[in-house]
Amino acid sequence: MTLAPETTDLKVQLQLEEGGPDWFTVCDLSRLVPGRGVAALLPDGRQVALFRDRSGSLYAVDNRDPFSGAAVLSRGLTGTDRGRPFVASPLLKQRFDLVSGECLDDATVRIATYEVRAA
Amino acid sequence: MTATEGATPTIVLVGHGMVGQRFLEAIAERGLTATHRVVVLCEEPRPAYDRVALTSYFSGRTAEDLSMTDMAFIETHGIELYVGDPAETVDREAKEVVARSGRVFAYDTLVLATGSFPFVPPVPNKDAEGCFVYRTIDDLLAIEKYAATATTGAVVGGGLLGLEAAGALKGLGLTSHIVEFAPRLMPVQVDAGGGAALLRTIEDMGLTVHTGVGTQEIVVDESGAVTGMRLSDGSELATDLVVFSAGVRPRDQLARDCGLTVGERGGIAVDEQCRTVTDPHVFAVGECALAADGRVYGLVAPGYEQAETAAAAIAADESEQLSFTGADLSTKLKLLGVDVASFGDAHGAAEDCLDVVYSDSRAGLYKKLVIGRDGTLLGGILVGDADAYGTLRAFTGSVPPVAPESLVLPAGAGESVQLGPSALPDEAIVCSCHNVSKGTIRAAVTEHSCTTVPEVKKCTKAGTGCGSCVKVLGQLVTAELEASGVEVDKGLCGCFAQTREELYEIVLALRINTYQDLLDRYGRDGARGGDGCDVCKPAIGSIIASLAPTIGASGYVLDGEQAALQETNDHFLANLQKNGSYSVVPRIPGGEITPEGLIVIGEIARDFGLYTKITGGQRIDMFGARVEQLPLIWTRLVDAGFESGHAYGKSLRTVKSCVGQTWCRYGVQDSVRMAIDLELRYRGLRSPHKLKSAVSGCARECAEAQSKDFGVIATANGWNLYVGGNGGATPRHADLLAQDLTDAELIRLIDRFLMFYIRTADRLERTSTWLERIPGGLDHVRDVVVEDSLGICEELESLMTAHVAHYADEWATTINDPEKLARFVSFVNAPDTPDPVVGFVPEREQIKPDLPLLTIGHRPLEGSAQR
Repeated sequence: MTLAPETTDLKVQLQLEEGGPDWFTVCDLSRLVPGRGVAALLPDGRQVALFRDRSGSLYAVDNRDPFSGAAVLSRGLTGTDRGRPFVASPLLKQRFDLVSGECLDDATVRIATYEVRAA
Repeated sequence: MTATEGATPTIVLVGHGMVGQRFLEAIAERGLTATHRVVVLCEEPRPAYDRVALTSYFSGRTAEDLSMTDMAFIETHGIELYVGDPAETVDREAKEVVARSGRVFAYDTLVLATGSFPFVPPVPNKDAEGCFVYRTIDDLLAIEKYAATATTGAVVGGGLLGLEAAGALKGLGLTSHIVEFAPRLMPVQVDAGGGAALLRTIEDMGLTVHTGVGTQEIVVDESGAVTGMRLSDGSELATDLVVFSAGVRPRDQLARDCGLTVGERGGIAVDEQCRTVTDPHVFAVGECALAADGRVYGLVAPGYEQAETAAAAIAADESEQLSFTGADLSTKLKLLGVDVASFGDAHGAAEDCLDVVYSDSRAGLYKKLVIGRDGTLLGGILVGDADAYGTLRAFTGSVPPVAPESLVLPAGAGESVQLGPSALPDEAIVCSCHNVSKGTIRAAVTEHSCTTVPEVKKCTKAGTGCGSCVKVLGQLVTAELEASGVEVDKGLCGCFAQTREELYEIVLALRINTYQDLLDRYGRDGARGGDGCDVCKPAIGSIIASLAPTIGASGYVLDGEQAALQETNDHFLANLQKNGSYSVVPRIPGGEITPEGLIVIGEIARDFGLYTKITGGQRIDMFGARVEQLPLIWTRLVDAGFESGHAYGKSLRTVKSCVGQTWCRYGVQDSVRMAIDLELRYRGLRSPHKLKSAVSGCARECAEAQSKDFGVIATANGWNLYVGGNGGATPRHADLLAQDLTDAELIRLIDRFLMFYIRTADRLERTSTWLERIPGGLDHVRDVVVEDSLGICEELESLMTAHVAHYADEWATTINDPEKLARFVSFVNAPDTPDPVVGFVPEREQIKPDLPLLTIGHRPLEGSAQR
């Protein structure tokens, strides 16, 4: 094997209920390209957008763009605004804080966030 | 008597040229259109148009483009405008005007703005077939028509209009001559030295100039058509067409007929309020008027001033007593591409004045300043380079803060000083068309919160006349903003302090081929080492893609780090639609497609249940593809010989074409072949914004090339190249960059143009806004890409050559790369489950998105607004 073991062995896991005991395994960590997202389907039908930044930190937010209703946030561009990591909706470009879920362009809007880990 | 209209007083304006229109605007501003009936009699078949820019008709501007009349303005103010119906007689006793149509208008106030007529010297056969004047759009149409059957043309008169006319004849493909009685060209504006510099430059352009000779006779054949001119030196000049442009005379016949006093050499005599000296109810403005200082002004700026003066006098507003006592004859022109400017006492008529002259006949430069004994700048002449005109004219009448000789030396010469407009006093007039001082412009920024040149133009009118002061205006606005502490951060975004152009230069010069490297080395302090943002990532991604072969980056936008920089459309090589599905557009070069190709597209759309629509760019768009279907659709398209149409990219979209010479009875070149060649050459070229193009096979322009970033129109001799056109929200007609190009010349010029645009434009700046923004505008671009004034054309061409050589279809690359294909799934953990949000319902026998119900987020916040 020539592949780096730390990326092949690690799995990306989501906490389904806040503070709950269940971690849901989504995919290999290697599927996450730094700066880009992927979409994941949860057992109850919810969709989650997962991201990995340059430093290796993982983020998970609801995949649905609240401004359009389309499940597309995993396909947005990421970045940081004054230290806050965000994803910009690929449709109308509103930015969402990847940690708090708050919309940086409209403080009345917030999306769900999830605990995520590589294990 | 105003019997027909009861008590409403009536103003009748005779003549609807530039000054007439300005008069209407001036009385509307003063509320007179609300209290008066206003009647306008216009002789020409079209309302007021920009006569100063008449020649631009030949470079592609239409009669509509030249129009200065907003019909909404005419209607809003209830103005009765009669075009094609000139005034025939005036009865001052009865206060009535009779128009050619027989209509009779009673007036309380009559304003004559009849303009001038071209002077035609009384030589034998001056009215022969093939003799023209150069004054109206109709004159131009007649010249254009006659020139189609001619090979040689001569212009009588080497003044301002004469040179324009000669340039127009040359543009129409004629061998052109200029015959001037005076010993030099433009004798009114320039002196012998300036005339010599001008002569050399104009002869270099292929025009033949005959100075110091008069026209004695027009020679005609037996049918009465022009065949030549006999000149005062005994020689004969063979020519098919003659344009008289030997000055103008005031059109004062109507005034003479009704007994108004006119000057000895013509012109309706008026006082300082522009009221005729004979009749207090009659005014005269513009080129038909003999002003109180005994002169007739043939320039538009004094005419505007007279229009304002007359309007103020009619309004009889105590608070505003204007008077017209004479005007500045300063002019700045671009004649046949040569800058010519004269201002103030250009010929040094003042006693004891001194000249400072810089002359470089090799470069066609001549600059002279006239200086008084005490150092006051009195006037000057600039030929070949009139950049300093705006500043120098504003300093006229004062002692400049630096030695005058340093003002005429070229930039870079030891003692040269670039005297900025910040050195001007507040009372200096910056815009002489609208008489706007530097103080007024500063106040627009400091008191009226204007922060851009367009805002200042709107607020002060400065720069909306001839436009020669716009450069100074821009410098003043920037200086004022900086002085008032407004930090003008020109940086691309929060991550980079550089502009896109600066970043391009860094990437190219240092061969930086990753975004992270650029961010870590050249980002703002806080941004280095970070993740960047959604503004700079695609902008840098585009620069890297444009330069990929040269800087050693991968030419495939989904490779490595580049994948993380792309907007979603580029990342999925398709166009994201509102419900999260994608549309797919295969390239159909030039809009040419075989029946088999159409059938393949039809079959694919049918098999995947896609909605199909013909696009504006002569292609077929297939909507409703799910992300996981994209590779399957591409595979079938690629197998059938199609490739990506880049409908998703900030890159070349389409080169539209008409059917051209092959089928069309009007076509003069094979427009389809050229469109295909261009589309295949520039496909996949990443640029600051999308690029559209078109090729028309004849001047009928069925492909609408003049609304494209680069448009090509066939001529009998080759191709004309237009640039900077746009449709969309702010339509812009493209400007003519070069004419009668061969295939190779055309492609070389487009190579240079596109690469120069990619190099210098801001992010998301179309060619149309770029051309309007960059200093020097079209002239600068022409200097760079045609004349190679920056010496970069070889580099621009080699960059394009590298792009063309390394092009590869992104769809084909992707479907052959399993690692990339893995990204085209609905869910990373359930690749076979389609996104349930993407649904469709039927409409007109196809599908449309079934839009999801909008809830703001999965867990809506208390009190959050419903959308």
